[in-house]
Amino acid sequence: MAEELLLAILLTSVPLILAATGELVAEKSGVLNLGVEGMMLMGAVAAFGVASLTGSPYLGILGGGLAGLLISLIFAVFVLGLATNQVATGLALTIFGTGLSGLIGAPLVGQSIDGLPSLIIPWISDIPMIGAFFRLDFLAYLSVILVGLTAYVLNYTQFGLVLRAVGINHDSAHALGYPVLRVRFMAVLFGGFMAGLGGGYLPLVLTPHWAEGMTSGRGWIALALVVFASWQPWRVTAGAILFGGITIMQLVGQARGWAVPSQFLSMLPYFATITVLVLISRGGRIQFGAPAHLGKNFLITR
Amino acid sequence: MSATHQKSSPKSKDTPLLAGVGMTKSFGDLVANQDINFSIYPGELHALLGENGAGKSTFIKMVYGLLQPDQGYLEWRGERVTVTNPQQARGMGIGMVFQHFSLFEALTVAENIALALPPDFPRQKLSQMIKTKSAEYGIPLNPDSIIADLSVGQQQRVEIVRCLLQNPALLIMDEPTSVLTPQETDQLFEVLKRLANQGCAVLFISHKLDEIKQLTTRATILRGGIKVAEVKTKDQSTRQLAELMIGAKVKDIGALSTPKNSKTLFSVSGLSRSAEGPFDIALRDISFSVNAGEILGIAGIAGNGQSELMAALTGEWRPASAAGANKITIGTADMMALTPAARRRAGLAFIPEERNGHAAVPSMTLSENALLTGYDQDDVIRRGIINHDKTLAMARHISKTFDVRQPSDDPLASSLSGGNLQKFVVGREIIKVPQVLIVSQPTWGVDIGAAQFIRTAMANLAKQGSAVIMISQDLEEIFQIAHHIAVLNNGQLSETLKADDVTPEHIGLLMGESSRSHRDSTPVTDNISGDISGQGSGKARVSS
Repeated sequence: MAEELLLAILLTSVPLILAATGELVAEKSGVLNLGVEGMMLMGAVAAFGVASLTGSPYLGILGGGLAGLLISLIFAVFVLGLATNQVATGLALTIFGTGLSGLIGAPLVGQSIDGLPSLIIPWISDIPMIGAFFRLDFLAYLSVILVGLTAYVLNYTQFGLVLRAVGINHDSAHALGYPVLRVRFMAVLFGGFMAGLGGGYLPLVLTPHWAEGMTSGRGWIALALVVFASWQPWRVTAGAILFGGITIMQLVGQARGWAVPSQFLSMLPYFATITVLVLISRGGRIQFGAPAHLGKNFLITR
Repeated sequence: MSATHQKSSPKSKDTPLLAGVGMTKSFGDLVANQDINFSIYPGELHALLGENGAGKSTFIKMVYGLLQPDQGYLEWRGERVTVTNPQQARGMGIGMVFQHFSLFEALTVAENIALALPPDFPRQKLSQMIKTKSAEYGIPLNPDSIIADLSVGQQQRVEIVRCLLQNPALLIMDEPTSVLTPQETDQLFEVLKRLANQGCAVLFISHKLDEIKQLTTRATILRGGIKVAEVKTKDQSTRQLAELMIGAKVKDIGALSTPKNSKTLFSVSGLSRSAEGPFDIALRDISFSVNAGEILGIAGIAGNGQSELMAALTGEWRPASAAGANKITIGTADMMALTPAARRRAGLAFIPEERNGHAAVPSMTLSENALLTGYDQDDVIRRGIINHDKTLAMARHISKTFDVRQPSDDPLASSLSGGNLQKFVVGREIIKVPQVLIVSQPTWGVDIGAAQFIRTAMANLAKQGSAVIMISQDLEEIFQIAHHIAVLNNGQLSETLKADDVTPEHIGLLMGESSRSHRDSTPVTDNISGDISGQGSGKARVSS
């Protein structure tokens, strides 16, 4: 029973891990993209649509990622190309993604697909408790690899160093001759791709059908997670599992008929998000590793 | 290993290392550089001199590949080159130390240096190379320190070592001494002279004329985007250089006369404040007093508690409880608990350091900015309604009296140059003839003409019987107009000294002393204070 619970928690945390890791990279480069929710929804509807048309959930993964990437391209063009306000553009992206995914997904409502199968790793998966980690699906395993890769690239490669430098001080990076906008462009597109994958995980694994607004705020939780994790990829993973746990706990609580209003339990993940944000904001930004130029637009001046 | 790579030039010694020919660059209507011819030879210490806005930055940005000339071209070792980006400039052998350091606060020394090195640079040995190279030049660095924990002087070392690791043939230094103590400056000059002896050319950009005479042999002088002169520095007096630079005679400020038997007008005693954020400096038991008619200069390197002291004096910071030893009095009235507005009503006036966003609102017009601190004057506000005509008249009066040159009648504050906006915010307070004026870095980043004007205005205010407290890191300015001097170092204020009794060197030592136990400071070879590396390291102290 406890093992099933752990498995459920892990599955719930995968979309958060993917979306938050992508957003982390964008933010490390200095771009705050509040459109995660919209990008995830686009990823979800595209993943479902592709999987439904082709019958292949693996192609669905690709479709979800590409949809997220394409919609983040709009954001990148506005914010980096036209230097629009990042917060306003990000919010607009969420609204746009919510609406567009609903429109595209309208004919898909009521259909269902074959989700991603679990890839059970023999022997290890029989270990009590720990076995839960080895009964996941392709995209879940991939998410762990992507987090590892992201952490490695950010901390141990020249490209990662440049990306962090651009987020800390874009003027200095420009003065040293680094292409600030190009680095940010790539970071934003990576963030979009990852958010698309995260959104795609919902119909491909968690609930094998499409519903409008099915991410139900996971994009916002992913944004909070980045801050919660103080911009460290592995902490994002830990935070995502924690939030996954809270989500599952409220479902369990409702199923077992705890003497608490169900609305209160459904509120818990969001309440936890706000609490974490409040606690963190008390410490000041630099202390927690926030990129100093996060949210600031770069304009070449003389 | 020599610090310069002698790419054994086949050309004779008469070929300039770098020459600019007819360099012209415009931004819209503004011609930032017009037809500038320039040359620098191997091993030469060459000054590029000019006021703010004279086109120095534009010129060096073209040399470093950050900007492209509209017309004209560069020659490197006698051959015509097009420098398209800084990587290329660094590859050619040009190193640059920026005025506003191009460092990344949250990264380590080694990471910062790695960012400026070519991708094929052997990274495993980088830490060792940083240690070796910095020690070789007597400016030791720990590769693993985080930049935010270093003092400004140490940060500059990072920039210099970053250049030295690439064995530059030309080193460009943009206003390098504006943040250094006199002792640190001397030490920097030693490093530069040593580089020059080894054949590296140094292009030194500054408007500090003493330093230019002390260090360089030749100077190219720009004014309004045009090269107005090229001189041998030893043939010119600093006054002549200044006049070439500003294109007019330099006016003297009248001799200072210390008022006799005046009474104490403003005093602070036992002012303490703990550090609230990771980069704050704690103030410790600060006491001083100023008599009517006197100017007290508070010297010190930036980051030693100036902003914390200023906030306590203005009332932007107040102690949580009124109890305690903190006391700020004007006449006999205690004002520790008063808000900034109440302190203004009691006869204080403040001019904060940052003119854009603190002293003035850039996106408001001058008259609106005048209103922000002058709202209790001349009925400009009656029953809550702003009298637009009177406000405008007030702003015009300030502009006229303080020679503020503005593009239109009531322009946005952001449309004024730094010097003109500073004259406006200083004028806005002085015109009210406050009993006590508290001003921070009054001429920071302001051209010589405006700086002289502002200093004269403050001296005149004191002559009228006001007390002036001037926090400044410009020792020349302090010695020019202050009657008394105290030094703020790591949150502590020295005793108040009479300006006539002390020398700039003495004050410089007070600015640089302390923190012998600083974690990064390994003893430096013979330098004046014996402790250059530990100066001004309040930041490091707080965070360690």
